[in-house]
Amino acid sequence: MNSSVIVFPGSNCDRDVAVALGKLKFKNTMVWHKETILPKSDLIVIPGGFSYGDYLRSGAIAAKSNILNEVINAANNGCLVLGICNGFQILTEAGLLKGVLLRNKNLKFIGKDIYVKTLNTDNKFCNKYKQDQVLKFNIAHNEGNYFTSLDHLKKLEDQNLIPFKYCDSKGTINEESNPNGSLNNIAGIFNERKNILGLMPHPERMVDQIISNNNGINLFASLLN
Amino acid sequence: MKFSIKVTLKKDVLDPQGKVVQQTLQNMGMSMLKSLRQGKYFEIEINEINESKAKDQIENMCKKLLVNLIIEDFEISKI
Repeated sequence: MNSSVIVFPGSNCDRDVAVALGKLKFKNTMVWHKETILPKSDLIVIPGGFSYGDYLRSGAIAAKSNILNEVINAANNGCLVLGICNGFQILTEAGLLKGVLLRNKNLKFIGKDIYVKTLNTDNKFCNKYKQDQVLKFNIAHNEGNYFTSLDHLKKLEDQNLIPFKYCDSKGTINEESNPNGSLNNIAGIFNERKNILGLMPHPERMVDQIISNNNGINLFASLLN
Repeated sequence: MKFSIKVTLKKDVLDPQGKVVQQTLQNMGMSMLKSLRQGKYFEIEINEINESKAKDQIENMCKKLLVNLIIEDFEISKI
């Protein structure tokens, strides 16, 4: 499977994603944001970091870069697109995912391990997980507070487009287990076709038992299915 | 021609930064303070002498980049 990881000035999780993809034998290419041609890809990953120093709004400048036109075209043609953290912010600013990521409710940068519950496994990204499986991921963001219109929120819930919600270690989804004030504890969402996933937690940081846990590896393994 | 653009959060969007500034001012004794919302301000100069054409271009800049219309409103004025 061919993958491309897009690199912006300020990306800092690009290599971690490349390592995760490498573990699963993806044929990966790192693609600089100024490129105008995207290599043939089955999967495009927009990694985390602080593209353009988060100037204007997180992800706003990166969303207007050369390569994003190609990413938008590929996504509209059904290519799988995964946006992690700043990548999720870029996808919303580019209009590939609806809604917006606001400043965390407590106004603090949050860097810690959290739990998410897997709520939809019938898709390309989560098919190796079990329904309602609780995963320990890591978050590191200042703007992760997902916000959208009430109509869109209803659609996300009704059409099962929310694969991950923040929960506690037992899988309880409530206000206490919501780290950033995100609507309905949303940690990640799909577009309607479910070929685009944006999520704030970092699955690529959880691919090795030695340094953390391997709860994230199945997200990348699912893509090979 | 020079314009100013005021970008504000929509009414329904939570403004935690504004809230903290408001609380701080109130803690400083400014008890008359009723509400406070924080926003952004841009000054843009463009090469166009026709005012309505210039305004259209500024509006386009707002919609394409400067403003996230899901959460923000904007107001253009000539300076």
